[in-house]
Amino acid sequence: MPIIDIKDLSFSYAGTTRPSLSNVNLEVKKGEFVIVTGPSGCGKTTLCRCLNGLVPNFYAGELTGEVLVCGLNAQRQPTSVLSHHVGFVFQNPENQLFSLTVERDVAFGPENLGLSRDETRRRVEWALEVTGIGGLRDRAPYELSGGQQQRVALASVLAMEPEIMVLDEPTSFLDPRSSREILGVVAKLNRDLGITVVLVEHRLDLATRHCSRIVVLDKGTVVLDGPPKDVYGRQAHLIGIGVPKVTLLFHLLKQDGVEIEKIPVTVEEAEAELRGILTH
Amino acid sequence: MIMVENLRYAYPNGNEVLHGVNLNIGDGEFVAIMGENGAGKTTLVKTFNGLLKPTGGKVLIDDVETRKTSVATLARSVGLVFQNPDHQLFCETVRDEVAYSLRNFGYPPDVIERRVRGILETLDLMPYVDSSPFMLSGGERKRVALASVLVWNPKHIVLDEPTIGQDYQQKDRLRNFIVQLNTQQKTVVVVTHDVEFIAECRPRVILLSGGRIIADGKAEEILTDKALTEKASLIRPQISLLFSSVANLPRDVIDVFSAKAVINSAIRRRT
Amino acid sequence: MSMRIFEGFKFTKLQTPIHLMDPRAKFIMIMVVFVISLLFTNVLILTVIFLAQLPLVWLGRSMRRWGGSMKGGFLLAGLIFFMNLITGSTFTYSLAMTIRFLALLSSFSIFFMTTSPDDLGLALEQAHVPYSLCFTFTTAVRLVPTMAVDAQTVIDAQRSRGLELDKGNLLKRIRNYIPILIPLIVSAIRRSVELAEALESRAFGLSSKRQPLIVLEMKASDYLVVVVSLLLLSLAGWASLYAQLPSIEIPLQLPRFW
Repeated sequence: MPIIDIKDLSFSYAGTTRPSLSNVNLEVKKGEFVIVTGPSGCGKTTLCRCLNGLVPNFYAGELTGEVLVCGLNAQRQPTSVLSHHVGFVFQNPENQLFSLTVERDVAFGPENLGLSRDETRRRVEWALEVTGIGGLRDRAPYELSGGQQQRVALASVLAMEPEIMVLDEPTSFLDPRSSREILGVVAKLNRDLGITVVLVEHRLDLATRHCSRIVVLDKGTVVLDGPPKDVYGRQAHLIGIGVPKVTLLFHLLKQDGVEIEKIPVTVEEAEAELRGILTH
Repeated sequence: MIMVENLRYAYPNGNEVLHGVNLNIGDGEFVAIMGENGAGKTTLVKTFNGLLKPTGGKVLIDDVETRKTSVATLARSVGLVFQNPDHQLFCETVRDEVAYSLRNFGYPPDVIERRVRGILETLDLMPYVDSSPFMLSGGERKRVALASVLVWNPKHIVLDEPTIGQDYQQKDRLRNFIVQLNTQQKTVVVVTHDVEFIAECRPRVILLSGGRIIADGKAEEILTDKALTEKASLIRPQISLLFSSVANLPRDVIDVFSAKAVINSAIRRRT
Repeated sequence: MSMRIFEGFKFTKLQTPIHLMDPRAKFIMIMVVFVISLLFTNVLILTVIFLAQLPLVWLGRSMRRWGGSMKGGFLLAGLIFFMNLITGSTFTYSLAMTIRFLALLSSFSIFFMTTSPDDLGLALEQAHVPYSLCFTFTTAVRLVPTMAVDAQTVIDAQRSRGLELDKGNLLKRIRNYIPILIPLIVSAIRRSVELAEALESRAFGLSSKRQPLIVLEMKASDYLVVVVSLLLLSLAGWASLYAQLPSIEIPLQLPRFW
């Protein structure tokens, strides 16, 4: 049974006529790493919000269809209950950290769940270790760099031991190196702990290497869904998403008549393909 | 001309963030100021329009020292577009929002009307002229903020992180627009850490790290330098990473079209 | 100049005996200073009370910022002095009232400079104040520096469009704050919405039985502080009622001119 099962989902925010999501069907299996992308306004953030109940509980509107997350009906459960299963990392690190020390921030979620002190302590230690920020535990979040703050946000969410992690453009405010690092940590969580990841990203050049599947939304519907090589192969750049430059390059070469065996989706694949062409 | 001589800037609490910056930007140049978050990029450009006055050294805009000049005066020649449009939008209509600066500068109403209309047309914002700026989408609000600065036609335009939150198409349009501005003899300074964005338009790149300039030159030379980019928390453009690992390819190619041309001719040479 | 007064209330993280004191013990200590200040009108005693806080400030390594808040409160202190003089009090009495004000200001300044809002929230929580109130308090305090940065950014952005805050008559100057207030308010609202979303996603409010990870525990030194403070309070109480206190009279008075 898929861990996320979305059937015919349509949603319009209260007070709007145009739907933000139209008949979205999506199944995600446990342990997958899915990138959700698309031009601005395509509905990716709305889709994320449906996964942890922010839509329709926090953001009212008309919702039809069904969203099942870990077997639960996401529209009928409050976000606080769903947060056991779905962790959410937001774009702006500043507005999702609440305490004056990293340690207390990571403890915030478990404390809210009413866990015992010992259990909270165990989870905090584990989350700090897995995200590699044990050394920052006594620092104030606002003193940290953007990249470090996002790691704290990740740890805070992880401490609630969710099966699914949803991240909404977590690299927006980060410089390239911090972006690469944070995506690496997310990938590690997916690989080593089996956490299902739904990542909304524009920076496909950095994120593609980690995912098994890309879902492209446009104007509220799913227009492409599959492994990167399929999605990028189908002229995804024409929809207005930022396919990796190497992918674009080989598309253009192919258009020029060059024989390309496989359109690369990462730099490593491009290197191999390029050597192949040049040593024909 | 923007002249920066030995510029030092320290916050009132004593924390120095710029440690002696020297640079000259000529009229009509297109420059990208890049570096890690916290390197001092935004601090640097805020000295250009006088928001921050040097605590050491000096900044001269068209031979006028910023230290003794008001922001309102300097702003006429240096238009600074801030990263987050929500930090400036406050009017009831887009028209009023864009006209605001012209009113501050004392332009007569008929000139204001004409200029507002002109910039709204250029940026495809005429459909929203009487809408509330708060009701627009993120990308539209960014364009309104841009319009509200361009409307008074400053000689030098500084854009602080204009690509954050933009999708691929929006960035493409923005890049074309910036290049167009530059062809109109405007000095354009873009503060960014978006390497791929810069790789496609190849301006002069000034690399800032830890409050100092660590490199100043052509995008092709700086963005392909492993040590420099790492120091500034940047990642080399994918094309550069690709070419640097395959033998006999030029090491200064960073944009897709040049790369395509190079590969095509390399293939032709083989056959 | 009046901004300096806020500096004297901002918490900075240091490892001083005052910082490490349990906030509840510290609060009792400060309240005792507060009450004692109110018990006396004797200018000499009040001066002693004021000066007695200096060792605390020094121990808390906050001399400079405390000095800033004293300087910032100077204007208000001066006002108190003159208001007292003009309404007929003696010079000595007016001086005493001014010193009392400074003593009160100083005690609160010391408290807030050396106590983190998190610890304050925790103290309130352990005192069985409803959690949502504690959280509201800590979050409000945490957001003050963030909002200050926002405010500065908005001012910068509008000045870059030609706004001049220091020109024009009073009415114009007030109107000039609209382009600053509106984006600030909008920013604050957007930020609140994002914070609320994040709170929901971290199960805020799910369980009414929270067991905070960190618990405030009173050490022996904290109990000592409480005991000594209460002793001083009793002593002061007795002295204000029964003791013959040394006093001085400064024979200066404003000529009555009404």
